[in-house]
Amino acid sequence: MTNTQPIRAIIIDDEPLARMIVQEYLQSYADITVLQECNDGFEGIKAIQQYHPDLIFLDIQMPKINGFEMLELVDNPPDVIFTTAFDEYAIQAFETHAVDYLLKPFSKGRFDKAVRKWLDRYADHQAALAVGQDPSPDAAAQQALLETASSSPSQQQRIVVKTAGKIKIIPLEDIHYLEASDDYVKIHTHNGAFLKNRTMSYFEQVLDPNRFVRTHRSYIINVQQVTRIDPYEKDSHLCVLSSGAQVPVSKAGYVKLKAVLGL
Amino acid sequence: MAKAPLSTGKFLLIFVSWWVIWALLQTSLLIDFGLTTGTALADSVFSNTIVALCCGFISNNMQYYLPKKERYWYILFISLGISLLILIVCKATLVPLLRGKNGEMDYGIFFSRSWAVRYDIIFLQLACMSILSVLWYSSEEEQENRQRRNDAERLAKEAELFKLRQQLAPHFLFNSLNSISALIGSSPEQARTMIQHLSDFLRGNLRKEEQQWVPLSEELQYLELYLEIEKVRFGHRLSTELDYDPACLDCRLPPMLLQPIVENAIKFGLYDTTEPVTIVIRARLEGDYVRIEVENPFDPETSRPKKGTGFGLSSIQRRLYLLFTRPDLLETRVDNNLFITIVKIPQ
Repeated sequence: MTNTQPIRAIIIDDEPLARMIVQEYLQSYADITVLQECNDGFEGIKAIQQYHPDLIFLDIQMPKINGFEMLELVDNPPDVIFTTAFDEYAIQAFETHAVDYLLKPFSKGRFDKAVRKWLDRYADHQAALAVGQDPSPDAAAQQALLETASSSPSQQQRIVVKTAGKIKIIPLEDIHYLEASDDYVKIHTHNGAFLKNRTMSYFEQVLDPNRFVRTHRSYIINVQQVTRIDPYEKDSHLCVLSSGAQVPVSKAGYVKLKAVLGL
Repeated sequence: MAKAPLSTGKFLLIFVSWWVIWALLQTSLLIDFGLTTGTALADSVFSNTIVALCCGFISNNMQYYLPKKERYWYILFISLGISLLILIVCKATLVPLLRGKNGEMDYGIFFSRSWAVRYDIIFLQLACMSILSVLWYSSEEEQENRQRRNDAERLAKEAELFKLRQQLAPHFLFNSLNSISALIGSSPEQARTMIQHLSDFLRGNLRKEEQQWVPLSEELQYLELYLEIEKVRFGHRLSTELDYDPACLDCRLPPMLLQPIVENAIKFGLYDTTEPVTIVIRARLEGDYVRIEVENPFDPETSRPKKGTGFGLSSIQRRLYLLFTRPDLLETRVDNNLFITIVKIPQ
């Protein structure tokens, strides 16, 4: 390798021994420096924002927010090698979207293979940068990975958002309704509204259709919050939620809502 | 196959006595009608022996072929047919044998006059025997079916209980192996201890017999193993408190009942907060029950423990139900930021 800059890495795992083994295996890579070890996703986000590492080793099952949720919350996430013990949903996500992952316990040989694969990619990337090309990071693949991962059971129970630098975990029960807002979706809860940069159709796909109904192009409501449905203009209705909020219901949305409510 | 009624000694005795009584009755009746004692006895013994043999034959044959409900009229026709046959045999044997040996009354004429009554009686006897046999075999068959159904249910229940006990979290196993892999490099001695703990734990997990209830002391030892392993993995965050009344130690409970509850509490506690976590396990005697509580912290902001059996406790609930047919032995309670699982085992 021609570049002399050391490669900067971060290890994020809630088990100290699991971090230790990654450290140990990394001993044979003189040009990779571990900047920090993190105990959970929150520390991980902070460290990534502080150091902008080239590579992170990331566990999936961690306290509060899992590895995928952590990645969602990071702007321009670095390259990731996942380390996980057993999570069928995660493995499905990895396999369909070609990111390397290590299943614990992994051998030095398997670890080397993953790191070398990444090093090759990294070298190509650096070379492209050197000749002034835009190496176009694999953002689409990463997005697809996160979307597949979010069909896992734990992630269907909550939504993780970042608000004013803080991380907020919203249980699905707390959601009143979702509203489209430019490139974002505004999540209205009884603790206020939060923005998440996802599309309405993403939420429509991920959320349980028996609990959340897309009543309108720009709205998805939590069925449990509905208190009243009033007629409004021709062909459309207004849905009144327990919070008092009024949400428009289109003609097609009304049909869906009636089906879910069993009317 | 159902046992034939006549294959049991008791029934055979009743059957034989019945025919002896019947033969004596018939003899006295025939004497009343004017036959000599010798003729009456010969007639009665011969005809009743044949009818008895036929009854035995019918009863035994039904062991192999039992008419179904819609074929009960078979019994009628078979009885009618065999009765006729018996009458012909009796006439062919008795009339030549006893003719002229009966003083004034001619036996041949007497037989011709009495044939209708004889036919009726033989038919009634055969029909009775057939119906009794049908009832006997049907009830045997019914009992066998019930037995089979009970066996199948018991097997299914055992299999389900086994499965419920066997739910070893793969996550736990692979992460423990990963910890061992890490320890082998830095502290081989500790790695060896961990392997020991893990093997003892797995051995306990493979115990099969649901009937073999174990004393609480043994369950706590087993729990200790599990907690040792978890502490190697999460030592920096996990601590445990064990608080029990020594009187409980001899209480018996189904094996492997506490470990999944503690596992659930650890998982829930460790993954729902980022702070250090203390799991408290308490055991008390309460009347005829031993009451065990497992307490873990959680974050009320982000988790909503469902009433009853949220958080993976449903398999424990199901197991308790299968063992005691009671749905009220597992309870959960929320106390500020503590989640408490309570299990009561009848003693």
